[in-house]
Amino acid sequence: MNYHWNWGIFLEPSPEGIGTYFDMLMMGLRWTLVTAVLAWIIAVSLGSAVGVLRTLPSRLGVGLGDAYVEFFRNIPLLVQLFLWYFVLPELLPKDLGNWLKTLPNASFWTGAVGVGLFMSARIAEQVKAGIQSLPRGQSMAATALGLTTAQTYIYVLLPMTLRIILPPLTSETLNTLKNTSVALTIGLAELTARTRAMQEYSFQVFEAFTAATVIYLVINALITVVLRRFEKAIAIPGYVAGT
Amino acid sequence: MRKLMLTVAAVLAVPGLAAAQELSGTLKKIKETGSISLGHRDSSVPFSYIDDNGKVIGYSLDICAKIVEAVKTELKLDKLDVRLVPVTSSTRIPLIANGTIDLECGSTTNNEERQKQVGYTNTHFLTASAFVSKKVKNLKKIDDLKGKTVVSTAGTTNMKQLVEANAARNLGINVMSAKDHAASFLLVELDRADAFVMDDILLASLIASSKDPGAYQTSDDAFSLPEPYAIMLRKDDAPFKALADKATSALFRSAEGAALYAKWFTSAIPPKGLNLNVPVGEKLKKAYAAPTDNPDPKAY
Repeated sequence: MNYHWNWGIFLEPSPEGIGTYFDMLMMGLRWTLVTAVLAWIIAVSLGSAVGVLRTLPSRLGVGLGDAYVEFFRNIPLLVQLFLWYFVLPELLPKDLGNWLKTLPNASFWTGAVGVGLFMSARIAEQVKAGIQSLPRGQSMAATALGLTTAQTYIYVLLPMTLRIILPPLTSETLNTLKNTSVALTIGLAELTARTRAMQEYSFQVFEAFTAATVIYLVINALITVVLRRFEKAIAIPGYVAGT
Repeated sequence: MRKLMLTVAAVLAVPGLAAAQELSGTLKKIKETGSISLGHRDSSVPFSYIDDNGKVIGYSLDICAKIVEAVKTELKLDKLDVRLVPVTSSTRIPLIANGTIDLECGSTTNNEERQKQVGYTNTHFLTASAFVSKKVKNLKKIDDLKGKTVVSTAGTTNMKQLVEANAARNLGINVMSAKDHAASFLLVELDRADAFVMDDILLASLIASSKDPGAYQTSDDAFSLPEPYAIMLRKDDAPFKALADKATSALFRSAEGAALYAKWFTSAIPPKGLNLNVPVGEKLKKAYAAPTDNPDPKAY
């Protein structure tokens, strides 16, 4: 291969005048992390709510929850972000649309909310599956004890479900972080966007993408370790297999 | 008779042998495989794009065709397969480096930084960085952008110039970035950004292909001196570059070169039959008269 390697490139000043190329990638990483955290909060809270909704003894609730999940998981994330960013402001009343268009850091808010909603559909599916995997005797016993539906969920079903779905939830957390890279299509200057900018400016494409690969690997490995610890810490001995 | 045949064989063999010894790099590869690969873009109008019939066309492609012809003549090949490989701004470097493509026929800026990684043949176009905006906004000079929202495509030299001008002139511009030129232009179209900073020739083609070309104007001010576009090839492959330089230089100086320019820049072009109406400028005229691969904008 005819390629001029230059690992020193990271210490060279970036042409945007904001420090070195390394600083440029770090600025991107900051956006990636902030976006991922906000998206994750949205995904877990909305996903849990919708997941619970789908197991309630209410046909309307189940129907609404199912529609929500199908809507958000059947449309590619790339298309969803495009719709939120470019199409939604045009459909809204003019004043509201203009407010959205002139919102500072619009691509960050749109990206975080868009990724959060997309991921919430996946988490809703897991929460539902987790609740349904519990023996029916549990909710029956709760009813027999005189607990209301809300109490049954809060004190009996959800604490068990959380423990069961933690491993897939770890995967979804990693997916949330990785999916923030799609927000580069709506102009969010996150890590992958900065990596691409670095290769455009310097033409050192392999160095740039190697750095991005290593950064994503390290961050995701850290998340995995932390969540594994959490999983162990809250495990009930003898109940959930493998812990 | 036998002696004659030997002589014929010797005459035939010697140049072949000499040529085989001389060949190296890309030329050797083309000779061995009987094919050459050209990288092209999908929407760099009018340099390199796909028309409504799915055919890859453009000014850069026509120039590359001249280089291919020269290679064929030089290597005395009866048949030379031309393979077209679509590239993006992210894939063009790895594909040149690993030998998937031999020439990148797009709209790539030749600058000093990039020459550390790749080589270029002669400059075929010069473009300065300007901005487009809706006429109703009445933005003509860089200073008119004070306090406005301005977009440029992420990772372009234009973005860098916008950031620099914003800092140097203390304009307080809200700088936005978009993924590609189409997205940047869309932001202006939807009034999400007031202006879009880009190479003037790309702005001309975006305006020409927009829904309402009359609604837009490009700025009077430029952010930079005109920068050169050139066909990209592998670095440190002197024989191949020499051949490409010779072919492009002959083309640019000839009447055929002028006709080719007129075909893409001052006539109707596919797919919509638009005319970009960009006559050849003084600087470019000079660059065509004395072809050069100089990356320095000041040299033009």
